[in-house]
Amino acid sequence: MSDNDRADELTGAQSLVRSLERVGADVVFGIPGGAILPAYDPLFDSEKVRHILVRHEQGAGHAAEGYAMVTGKVGVCMATSGPGATNLVTPIADAHMDSVPIVAITGQVASAAIGTDAFQEADIRGITMPITKHSFLITDPADIASAIASAFHIAGTGRPGPVLVDIAKDALQARTRFEWPRQLDLPGYHPVTRPHGKQVREAGQLIAESRRPVLYVGGGVVKARAWSELKELAELSGIPVITTLMARGVFPDSHPQNLGMPGMHGTVAAVGALQRSDLLIALGTRFDDRVTGKLSTFAPLAKVIHADIDPAEISKNRVADVPIVGDCKEVISQLISLLRRERPLAIDEWVNYLQDLKRRYPTGYDEPEDGSLSPQHVIKRIGEITGPDAYYAAGVGQHQMWASHYLPWELPGRWLNSGGLGTMGYCVPAAMGAKVGVPDKIVWGIDGDGCFQMTNQELTTCALEGIPIKIAVINNQSLGMVRQWQTLFYQGRYSNTDLKTNRIPDFGKLAEAMGCVGLRAEDPSDVDAVIEKANSINDVPVVVEFVVHKDAMVWPMVAAGTSNDEIKVARDMAPKWDQEEL
Amino acid sequence: MAASPSTHTLSVLVQNKPGVLARIAGLISRRGYNIESLAVGPTESSEMSRMTLQVNVEDVVLEQITKQLNKLIEVLKIVELEDSAVRRELVLVKVRATAETRSQLIEIIGLFGAKAVDLTAEIITVEATGSPPKLAALLDLLEPYGIRELVQSGLVALGRGNRSLTDRNQRTERLKAVRTG
Repeated sequence: MSDNDRADELTGAQSLVRSLERVGADVVFGIPGGAILPAYDPLFDSEKVRHILVRHEQGAGHAAEGYAMVTGKVGVCMATSGPGATNLVTPIADAHMDSVPIVAITGQVASAAIGTDAFQEADIRGITMPITKHSFLITDPADIASAIASAFHIAGTGRPGPVLVDIAKDALQARTRFEWPRQLDLPGYHPVTRPHGKQVREAGQLIAESRRPVLYVGGGVVKARAWSELKELAELSGIPVITTLMARGVFPDSHPQNLGMPGMHGTVAAVGALQRSDLLIALGTRFDDRVTGKLSTFAPLAKVIHADIDPAEISKNRVADVPIVGDCKEVISQLISLLRRERPLAIDEWVNYLQDLKRRYPTGYDEPEDGSLSPQHVIKRIGEITGPDAYYAAGVGQHQMWASHYLPWELPGRWLNSGGLGTMGYCVPAAMGAKVGVPDKIVWGIDGDGCFQMTNQELTTCALEGIPIKIAVINNQSLGMVRQWQTLFYQGRYSNTDLKTNRIPDFGKLAEAMGCVGLRAEDPSDVDAVIEKANSINDVPVVVEFVVHKDAMVWPMVAAGTSNDEIKVARDMAPKWDQEEL
Repeated sequence: MAASPSTHTLSVLVQNKPGVLARIAGLISRRGYNIESLAVGPTESSEMSRMTLQVNVEDVVLEQITKQLNKLIEVLKIVELEDSAVRRELVLVKVRATAETRSQLIEIIGLFGAKAVDLTAEIITVEATGSPPKLAALLDLLEPYGIRELVQSGLVALGRGNRSLTDRNQRTERLKAVRTG
């Protein structure tokens, strides 16, 4: 062996770190342990990769998601074998559902021990097969560089998603040569980004013929960063826009054409538009059951143009009349140039009808009569005081829906939430990851008292690593969304949703114990002051507990499994559709 | 959907990598697709394996199965074989054979182009290949003699004519440039 060869020789672990540097991974969220230990030694020396030591691997995964959501880059989390790896399962599933590009790197027991039920052995590749876009098990150190290159490519291209790279400990320890692949050997992976011209022309034809079209816009438009194209298409055509939970902010809420969010807790105007439309122009969205309600009664009069980068989403739940496989940015651009040549659409009557619905049924709430705090008011004020340029993460439940309705969605990519998997505990670590990605922006987490108690330990990470996020704990002393269902569908029998008190835990003390500032508001008159106080603190994380009344409910609501036509704006109150006007 | 289920044969070309069978079997199971048979084996190229899947589903479901399989990174190509394709299964069956029935059995075996591969005083072991209906007919005839043990392969199939599923050289065509960060 020549000296030259010897100079290129390194350990598998060094190869891993050098590979991470090569793909531009500047932040890794993780926790070391036995099997991944060799990787942490060269990581210690890396000047390009910052490792953030979290307190639970689930936090690492959600933080990687948050980081990916705000930067558009691939997020990275790292854990050891066995329990370290299985703790990543929830965020990996979350990223899979919401198409978030992350790479999870896990240590595995030494290759000779694989399959022997060795200490801290878990078949994490097998466990995560249904919830990853792809996965690798590496036992040869020479494969590390190409696996990392492939993993980042797969995670970040096409329909984004999580990729797992499981590396046996002996592969990290063994010596190898670092060879960065000049080309990726992925013969079975070729995502289609350019839409078929014929399909786009057919879509243009349907749009020209439609009288009641709707732009049904999903998270794919955010992932494609196609917000300016969307705005141009909407304004050129005048077609009303609805933005799903994953797409909030991709089209400004203040825009007159925006009818809000569709679905189980959607606005009357958005749900009504879908149900009466004669043409859905579905962009980067997947006809999720939370949007469609009872599928057989969803948008019964509509033809469907369905554009998505993932062909398997098209005609999965609702058969598309015009399927378009492609990146939403390309699809929308082509639709724009097509529509420029057409006459303006004759849809005034339809637009007026929907504007009337929107005016008559704004999303609103009643202030509690006993003078206690209403959660909707709190969330609304956080948004109004902090403004649309901040980033907002939410947990899962009532507060998530209120955040979607009442925060100022004017700018794209500001909203982080667990839409598909509905992961309680997403908020704090996702907000942490987001703040690392956009350190100069304010990041608020809107969390519930139930969710917060699942992952709040990452505030310790935030305090020690200089990640000053702000978390609003909307404390209604209960698991609010489940309680709402018990109110509506289980005769008010509150089985195990009562968290019993607003004193245990003492969220203020808990925050202080983790190195954060703890604030509290119980009275409506305190709300603005604590929000402003929180916004003024920029050196440490802040936790603001808002003690709110527990009977607030999320409206409108389409009960699970029923038709969108059954939407209620309040308990036992259906909207008046005035269908004869159409 | 008004469409009724019908039997389809899918030929799936995959990269010959560890875990690829688990990926495909797992996908089929977790999405609730009903498959009638699955056969896996090597191909003319050591880098690829070929799976033959028989499914009895509606067209819409078939489209979903194909699309979902195509999303697997290690799946290279999927083709639905036409009705005219050559479909074969292999069956090995132990049939009770006494001195009196042995010659009758040998006659049946001969008529089906099958072979007796093992013989004892009480048993003939028969090896037969053929289309699923042909094997079913053979087994119907053998059944009255007493079937002691039976093992059957999944269906394998090839389209007729000159064309081959691996005609286009996937490996060189689809190499992609690495995006460097």
